[in-house]
Amino acid sequence: MSVLDIKSVSKSFDGIKIIDNVSFSVGEGKIVGLLGKNGSGKSTVIKMINDLLTIDAGEILIKGEKISEKTKARVSYLPERTYLDSAQTVSAIFDFFEDFYPDFDREKARALLADLDLDENMKLSKMSKGMKEKVQLILVMSRTADLYILDEPLGGVDPSTRDRIMKTILSNFSEGSAMLITTHLIYDVEKILDEVVFIDKGRIILSENAEELRERENSSIDEIFRRIVK
Amino acid sequence: MGYSFSNDTPIYLQIIEHIKTKIISREYCPNDKLPSVRELSLQYEVNPNTVLRALAELEGMGLIYTERTNGKFVTGDTDIISKVKMQTISEMIDNFYGSMESLGLTRAEIQKILNSEVKK
Repeated sequence: MSVLDIKSVSKSFDGIKIIDNVSFSVGEGKIVGLLGKNGSGKSTVIKMINDLLTIDAGEILIKGEKISEKTKARVSYLPERTYLDSAQTVSAIFDFFEDFYPDFDREKARALLADLDLDENMKLSKMSKGMKEKVQLILVMSRTADLYILDEPLGGVDPSTRDRIMKTILSNFSEGSAMLITTHLIYDVEKILDEVVFIDKGRIILSENAEELRERENSSIDEIFRRIVK
Repeated sequence: MGYSFSNDTPIYLQIIEHIKTKIISREYCPNDKLPSVRELSLQYEVNPNTVLRALAELEGMGLIYTERTNGKFVTGDTDIISKVKMQTISEMIDNFYGSMESLGLTRAEIQKILNSEVKK
């Protein structure tokens, strides 16, 4: 069963095609990596899935349904840039999430917070980049959704934080759901991916099972990506 | 950091080797329960489906078995473990001879060096 279907989607800005006939799917229980350089179009695709940008052609389906308020409620999205008010404490942000999302599990969020050595009473403005990244991940992973979308979850964090974030993603991903991760830090993420989709200049240039690709090419996804995407 | 994988071999094959070694060396004893897929996935920091694939192959080799609802266990059949152990040893020896011969050594020369090394 497919959780996300992107079918022949295109998008232009000022007459320039920035997304060109993009198609791929994310099946239930799968973690898929949408991999591309900066400016490849991956964030545009993510924004279209979240209905933050309209599409010119094609369609996007979530569990077989066109995007609507109803489908949006089943997607838990970690944007590349924060939308949180940095003057607030983590606990106040939890309040906000509890009000806004009926599927937000506060107990789980608090457990994750303790797990990642963060303090509920700390203001976001006092936090390092890595700490903020962790808070956002906690918010996203503490919802019970059909589809989790993580846009550059490792942006600007140090390697040890990176490991903690990867572990948190793995241990909180539930089998009935699906996940789409975008990143240009392929080396750090590839081990947790079922499938990879390479995007370059707004087009999908490869879409395959991660292990089969490694087996066929005898190299890491990171190396294959560097070879193909110049 | 979890287990560190090399880049040129699929991860599931490296997990198979790792678990196989643990079974051969009796770090995992016959009839021991293996960690769950989730635990292994966290331990290796890999996708759970990659772990499942490795476990399926280990099960195919007869090294582990599934008890429904209970999880996966190391085989109680020590003959199978001994057989896999011998296979692994012979593969390692073949690799060793292969590398030595690529240095231009003959079998006799390798044998001589080995004998003197063992005496050290």
